[in-house]
Amino acid sequence: MKIIVCIKQVPSGAKVPIDTRTGALLREGCPSDINEDDKHALEEALLLRAKDGGSVTAITMGPPQAEESLREALAMGVDEAVLLSDRAFAGADTSGTSCILAVAIRKLGDFDLILCGKQTSDGDTAQVGPQLAEELQLPQITFVRKIQVVNGIVQAERSLEDGYEVVEAELPVLATVVREINTPRKPTIGALIDACRKGKVIVWTAADLEIDRNRLGLEGSLTKMTRAFVPQPKKRAGKIYKGLPHDAVRNLLDELEGKHLIG
Amino acid sequence: MSFDKYHGVMVFAEQTDGRLSTVSLELLGKGRDLARILNAELSAILLGSRIKNMAQELIYYGADRVFLADDPKLANYQTATYTGVITRQVLESKPEILLLGATDIGRDLAPRIAKRLGVGLTADCTELVIDRESGLLHSTKPGYGASMMYTFVCPQSRPQMATARPGTMKVPPKDAARKGEIIDISKKAAAEDEPVKVVKRVKEVKKGAKLEEARIIVGAGMGVGSAEGFTVINKLAEALGAEVGATKDPIDEGWIAGDCMIGQTGKNVRPELYIACGISGAIQHISGVWDSRIIVAINTDPNAEIFKIADFGIVGDLHEVLPALIEGIEQRRRATRPE
Repeated sequence: MKIIVCIKQVPSGAKVPIDTRTGALLREGCPSDINEDDKHALEEALLLRAKDGGSVTAITMGPPQAEESLREALAMGVDEAVLLSDRAFAGADTSGTSCILAVAIRKLGDFDLILCGKQTSDGDTAQVGPQLAEELQLPQITFVRKIQVVNGIVQAERSLEDGYEVVEAELPVLATVVREINTPRKPTIGALIDACRKGKVIVWTAADLEIDRNRLGLEGSLTKMTRAFVPQPKKRAGKIYKGLPHDAVRNLLDELEGKHLIG
Repeated sequence: MSFDKYHGVMVFAEQTDGRLSTVSLELLGKGRDLARILNAELSAILLGSRIKNMAQELIYYGADRVFLADDPKLANYQTATYTGVITRQVLESKPEILLLGATDIGRDLAPRIAKRLGVGLTADCTELVIDRESGLLHSTKPGYGASMMYTFVCPQSRPQMATARPGTMKVPPKDAARKGEIIDISKKAAAEDEPVKVVKRVKEVKKGAKLEEARIIVGAGMGVGSAEGFTVINKLAEALGAEVGATKDPIDEGWIAGDCMIGQTGKNVRPELYIACGISGAIQHISGVWDSRIIVAINTDPNAEIFKIADFGIVGDLHEVLPALIEGIEQRRRATRPE
């Protein structure tokens, strides 16, 4: 079985340095990591390979430093790593990104299963998975927390707000996974060093892909950002009552009653 | 490119098991506002099986026109079937704006529709407005764990699509006198093949599932002190008809289920009233509640951060304040509604 895993390098840590004027991420010197959901997708691909055989290819689109995340994927155990990197790709929205990924995946040849993380921690849209499935005319199974392949049929459990759903589909399929599906392995230091020294990362630029240049990057994006701002908490009344609980409570209840919040 | 042929706002009315999702009503409210500014029609598209009565309901909540696809094939949401029916209706009706809820279903469906139509889509919006100058939809959404807000437009394609985060817009009042038109598009379902087969669906009541829809939420922090301390929290919630949420720490302590978490690693909520009990006010939690209409804080520490974002606060031990509060609520209720 040939599995392709789409990953993204995202800024790591709680505090992300952002230019509050432009809203752009200050990547320079910003620590980054493989998007958490995508690590679970990598892990699941490796588990499926261990069970059913085959190969795992990790693919990402990003600036040159996104190669680091592919080296980490190699250290985790993937067979092949592909970086799609070109200035012309920069600024692509989810539609543009899925278009470029689809062209690259077609170039890689036949495959059985594509795995993606449910969503990224930066953009948070959860759109690239379904949009890639549409580009490739594949059935999609989103929010997967359990997956197996039996005789060319994918059986998956989808984790939903109000329960779960068991579904089946014939390969090839694109699935997006949630974190409860597994616990991603941590590559050993030795494996990381090997991946950095000897690991091979294939790099494709726009010239390597048969793609209409009008569909690339910021120019080809259908969504345009017009404003970025730091959210400001609302101004609040800030009436603080001290003293006896009963008096404080009476004052508070008068206020809440006046606003029709109780009663 | 000219978009002269595109008119009106369309809302995907999401239903499961014969129940309309709240976010669909919220979208009708928002859609009505947008349609008014554009001087255009508000339509809803409703898919399911044996759901005719629901179409009328959508009119009462603001739709001028409802496209109703009622077919056994549509009983449960399925990606390919729903995408096909909706996409074809959109190509026919040509709305200028298409809105969906950012629910499990909406987040599975919207990107697929957008891609098939070749149009732009903004995910998980908390604000939707029409820019009066350009007439374009401005969709605002949080990014980087709510530390930034971003506004997007889709000037080059129609319809302009967005999914809206549940609980961020108001449910409009129901008006049973409203009139509208119901158009049967059930035939569209026949053409669809579904490559993904649903073997079974299992309902699980998840604790905290209602937090996003709650009008009142009682939030609990480390000040609660123990698992037993939650008794008084639950009592207050019961007295108010509220849901219970918590910060990360009491959940890590195992005092309450993880599904109740509010804040950066949990849920974003915007109830009418949020009562923070024994919560210090770390930014990770506050970012998930600061859109609440009224915030009440109860904490022993007068310098706690939470008081800085509170409308009203009581400095005191919650184990003394809450029983008094519960008693006060019950007293007032008895006074207004004598038995």
